[in-house]
Amino acid sequence: MIGLDALGIAAGLLPAAVAVHHAMDRNSSTRWRNVVFWGAFATTLMAGPWLPNLVNGLLVLVMVAMAAWGLRPGPVSSTSDAERSALAERIGLRLFLPALCVPVVALAGTLLLPDGKVAGIALIDPKQVTLVSLAVAILIAFALAMRLTGAGRAVPAAEARRLTDAVGWAMVLPQMLAALGGIFTLAGVGTVVADGVAGVVPMTTPLVAVTLYCLGMALFTMVMGNAFAAFPIMTVGIGIPFVIQHFGGDPAAVVALGMLAGFCGTLMTPMAANFNIVPAAVLELRDRHAVIRVQTPTALILLIFNILLMAFVAFPGGPW
Amino acid sequence: MLVLSGIAIIIIGFALRVHPMLVVTLAAFASALAAGFGLLEVVELIGKAFVDARFMAVAWLALPMIGLLERAGLREKARALVQRLRRATTGRLLLGYLALRQITAAMGLTALGGHVQMVRPIVAPMAEGATNDGEPLDDETRDLVRANAAAVDNIGLFFGEDVFIAIGSILLIRAVMEQNGFVLAPLHIALWAIPTAIAAFLIHGARLLLLDRRLRRNSR
Repeated sequence: MIGLDALGIAAGLLPAAVAVHHAMDRNSSTRWRNVVFWGAFATTLMAGPWLPNLVNGLLVLVMVAMAAWGLRPGPVSSTSDAERSALAERIGLRLFLPALCVPVVALAGTLLLPDGKVAGIALIDPKQVTLVSLAVAILIAFALAMRLTGAGRAVPAAEARRLTDAVGWAMVLPQMLAALGGIFTLAGVGTVVADGVAGVVPMTTPLVAVTLYCLGMALFTMVMGNAFAAFPIMTVGIGIPFVIQHFGGDPAAVVALGMLAGFCGTLMTPMAANFNIVPAAVLELRDRHAVIRVQTPTALILLIFNILLMAFVAFPGGPW
Repeated sequence: MLVLSGIAIIIIGFALRVHPMLVVTLAAFASALAAGFGLLEVVELIGKAFVDARFMAVAWLALPMIGLLERAGLREKARALVQRLRRATTGRLLLGYLALRQITAAMGLTALGGHVQMVRPIVAPMAEGATNDGEPLDDETRDLVRANAAAVDNIGLFFGEDVFIAIGSILLIRAVMEQNGFVLAPLHIALWAIPTAIAAFLIHGARLLLLDRRLRRNSR
């Protein structure tokens, strides 16, 4: 059955190809650092489930060391401006097809094979249908792009390396943060925070409880980088005992808006790397906090809106 | 209380702009050691959690395809396409993308978008092309426009997806509440996401139109 292990092997092909490309490049100033970094990443993705956890952990630490030491992208020859406009002229609007085909095929796969069965055979792990569809969609789009652009066989690896180098260690950061989130949970960071917030401020009116719950969601989401990690802790620690049970707030409105208060926090934190730091790398911005800076005013206004909305809709008699 | 040392390291580390990979690793060690785990145990925990999260790397497989298209001038094409529309501005274009992203996410189509597949090759070049008559942008303006394109993708996704009843966050809300003795209907939870979705569109939409004014001022 095609599941997470197969997806990991597929995902590992990219860093593996990049590592090989770097190994053959004599001009790069940080040639072996790059090889070690991308090689270690590829190994954890492809062989991780079969390696001892200690080995995987050490590989992660090696990646951290290489990234902190500095990975400099080497020059890769791509097309010139003139070549690009000539190619774009020839191919025309069809150039958009591969990029647009990814979401369409991924979506079709998810909708058509909800239980992962193809012709009655359980081919795909039902939990991974979305990701397997995405991987297949990318493969189809890749073949289409090769045909449309008529690129030579060596081109995809060079282009993959050019973009992978541009993104750099940010590609690995989301997985690092997922690991950190797991460790915070095991270490009991959440309970300490929730108890601390509830213990320090006296809960005198519904408005105070609502404000604390929403601020707690936003702040703890900023620390964890993920509203899903903050939600159970803040809701069990503050939302249910104070806002819902003590003051009698409407449960559906309280928890729905509590989650959205957490989303406001996601917009303001570098810990939500795949939403905030990775795009800065993908778009080659000079300031890695530039996306957060744009999002913060919207997030703050929306957080205040959420607090007031919860206070008034969950307590029809008024939050005082 | 010592388990909170990880949080302190993160806040200080990010504020001082220490390398994020280093900050995250140190924070993991600090909190885990304070909670009584051994040094090697922490390394094992990191390794296991990192491998368990390997599904996150699948989306990067799109990079070679995006690279091929960029090599053939996709970004230039996207830019040129917008320059033909005379009434297009960066703010209006991103406003349109915000609406599209929110509406499709509200229908559960969260895959229609994303920074790698959509923003870098298509949305950002279009937003750049819609600034002052397609003249080359200085670094600062270009970064500002691109950061705004990335932000719109996030805001549209976050405040659209919760309107859809089968999305992960609604399922999580339901599961947590059920464990604590509250049975909630997904539709009921999703309905409460609508006012905030509208507010997000109005607030960020207004800011996008203000961005146009700022860009016009900068170009003069």
